[in-house]
Amino acid sequence: MDWLEVVVLFLQHLWLSVVPLLLGLAVAIPLGWLARRYRRLYAPMLGVTGLAYTIPSLALFVALPVILGTQILSPVNVVVALTIYTLALLVRTVADGLGAVPDDVRQAALAMGYRPLPRFLRVELPVAVPVIGAGLRVAAVSNVSLVTVSALLGVPQLGALFVDGLNRAYLAPLITGIVLCVVLALLLDGLILLGTRALTPWQRERGAT
Amino acid sequence: MIEFDAVTKRYPDGTVAVDSVDLHVPSGKITVLVGPSGCGKTTSLRMINRMVEPTGGRILIDGTDTNTSDPATLRRGIGYVIQHAGLFPHRTVVDNVATVPILLGWRRKKARQRAMELLELVGLPPELSDRYPSQLSGGQQQRVGVARALGADPPIMLMDEPFSAVDPVVRESLQDEFLRLQQDLGKTIVFVTHDIDEAIKLGDQVAVFQAGGHLAQVATPPDLLADPADDFVAGFVGKDRGYRALSFTPADGLPLEKEPTVEVGADAEVARRTSVEGWVLVLDDARRPQGWLDVSRLTGEDEVTPTVLHRGGTVASATGSLRGALDAALSSPTGRGVIVDDIGALLGTVRPAQVLVQIENAAAEAEARH
Amino acid sequence: MIGEFLQWFTDPVHWTGQDGIPNRLLEHLGYSVLALVIAAAIGIALGLYVGHTGKGTFMVAGFANALRALPSLGLLFLVTLVLLDALPNTLGQFLPALLVLVILAVPPILTSTYAGVQNVDPAARDAAYGMGMTGREVLVKVEAPCALPLVFSGLRSAMLQIVSTATLAAWVGLGGLGRLLQDGQSVQDYPQMLAGAVLVALLALVMEALLAGVQRFSVPRGLTGRGARRARATTASEVTKPTFSTEPEDEPVAAR
Repeated sequence: MDWLEVVVLFLQHLWLSVVPLLLGLAVAIPLGWLARRYRRLYAPMLGVTGLAYTIPSLALFVALPVILGTQILSPVNVVVALTIYTLALLVRTVADGLGAVPDDVRQAALAMGYRPLPRFLRVELPVAVPVIGAGLRVAAVSNVSLVTVSALLGVPQLGALFVDGLNRAYLAPLITGIVLCVVLALLLDGLILLGTRALTPWQRERGAT
Repeated sequence: MIEFDAVTKRYPDGTVAVDSVDLHVPSGKITVLVGPSGCGKTTSLRMINRMVEPTGGRILIDGTDTNTSDPATLRRGIGYVIQHAGLFPHRTVVDNVATVPILLGWRRKKARQRAMELLELVGLPPELSDRYPSQLSGGQQQRVGVARALGADPPIMLMDEPFSAVDPVVRESLQDEFLRLQQDLGKTIVFVTHDIDEAIKLGDQVAVFQAGGHLAQVATPPDLLADPADDFVAGFVGKDRGYRALSFTPADGLPLEKEPTVEVGADAEVARRTSVEGWVLVLDDARRPQGWLDVSRLTGEDEVTPTVLHRGGTVASATGSLRGALDAALSSPTGRGVIVDDIGALLGTVRPAQVLVQIENAAAEAEARH
Repeated sequence: MIGEFLQWFTDPVHWTGQDGIPNRLLEHLGYSVLALVIAAAIGIALGLYVGHTGKGTFMVAGFANALRALPSLGLLFLVTLVLLDALPNTLGQFLPALLVLVILAVPPILTSTYAGVQNVDPAARDAAYGMGMTGREVLVKVEAPCALPLVFSGLRSAMLQIVSTATLAAWVGLGGLGRLLQDGQSVQDYPQMLAGAVLVALLALVMEALLAGVQRFSVPRGLTGRGARRARATTASEVTKPTFSTEPEDEPVAAR
């Protein structure tokens, strides 16, 4: 096994997992806000994203080139597919997180003269960070696993080690791949956890009187 | 000054929350809106800062229709305190209090300085300023809520059941401090509660709402107790309103009797000799009453200890109301009500009959004045 | 592209024989249902046990989290490679994949069942003990019915996981719709791959709809919470807080 190659695969895997995570979050926040703001949108929005989530990843990787006009080997398919899955997970999380903001906090912000956008950005969203962070962790771990599937189509990342191992009936690359995937998943999970903690000092101090 | 001019709130489903209310809220006074749940009192309050938009009539603040101002700007000039304080969990106490000044464009440093002053004003120690709301008790949170509402020194304060989520003991001390604060600040306050006793205690003027958003009566607390406008108000004000109205009759001029006393630690024999009808009043070294002593219970002891004292009787202040004096007389195991001065030192005792005579005199005087 | 895809789809050759769509669909469906039944038997039993007794709670959480980080494709290939030599030929193609499907499906069912039992209103449980039910009766008559909505949400996520992973199992010789993708890829026949992808997606959607339908019919109406307030932060589910519309001593009546 060429270790430099493994490092490259690891970095490719990282990129393919993280970019959809950020894209999904960026889209999920306004959508989640919409779902809270206009309650009637909540059920249909979750229905549509839930439907997308139902489609198995390999099927989505294969079907997307028709819609996007990309090559089947293009990493763009993976990024778009995983963005859809991340979005499906996070729209609900963001909507529920915003819904869990205590009503008296919302009312107080309104009464103090916050205009809608600052109220959302400075009060409601920060208070929803713990819930959104938890959802983001689930999405990150799930993305790392889903990325590997695209190895069956030849998109280079850690999953390529699985295919290599199976083809050569050789355990070493297989196990290396699995271990690195788990490491990557735990790494992202831990980073998001740390980020959430850094953004919510008020949660950590709870009850520490 | 806030004026409600035929204000109505009707929801799309036809429910009328507030029904053509006319109300005059005088400047610098506390106006309490009180009534059963669903009577429109909170809706009325929230229409003042346009958290709820009226569907009919208008609300004027110092002559200006609130409808003509931008809601966010209007709200920044009106303090608002709600039931569970509604503190921002993600901001420290001082940053919570500094919120409105910062919204108004103050520099952060100046806003924090102002916040620290306000925390002191509401009686919170400065070391709490760096804490987060979840680390405070309910009473402390409510104080922060009041401080935050005072942030930009608004002339008007809206308070929506601010003290109903704390336990009764804390509530009473918050109410007392609130009255003390208002004496210094002289804000125009609209206060919502479902508790008629709180309304009577705090209000300069009480507006009683009835189901359907109908304003049943607006009166000062003594007038409300003495002369309810209709059966609903009479029922809502409560059965013992005659007794509660005594809260507004001063207790000065009560004929006080000199009460023989002993101090804690006095010799048991001295206590026995001093007692009248088997009881003696025990004081501490500052002449503050500690309790009545039934001398027949002094069997083993050589001296008077706090543990043997009867603690059932209440103590009334001479500068308080006749309600307090009557209660002291009725609750005393000896029938002799204990009356103290402003610092809590014994002035003398009074019997129920004497309080009743005083009540009749006060009533006759009031009649004569009319 | 769409034309070629439709052409492939309507070609009668692709509708018969071992490589035909019906056979692949049945294979896929068969493995999926078999894996779900086995996983459900294990997951529900364990979940009810842990939820009822409170034993091994920490294991449930740890187990579920650890398995979530494992890439299912890697696990599938690893188990296949390890077991391939140890098993006779026919079993060797079939058992490792089935094993992996079950392994991946048990955690969602187990954690949801456990969470469902945990979420039962303590007052309802107390009332049940209070009127003299034994532990077993409380489990069967109160906890299990109340946990049903969450059990179903676990079954649904498990089904998604199984249908999805069963597609990958074509690469280790399991057959199923994944074969259309794999064969298509090996001969650069994109229309065939697309057909496989569409069929897999349809199968997943149909299974999801089917389970959602079964859930609607089998969960007691008092628990569906239609029109009732949403629960705060339930675990990974669209389930509402269990509320009784009837007296606690009445057993909840099945909907319709």
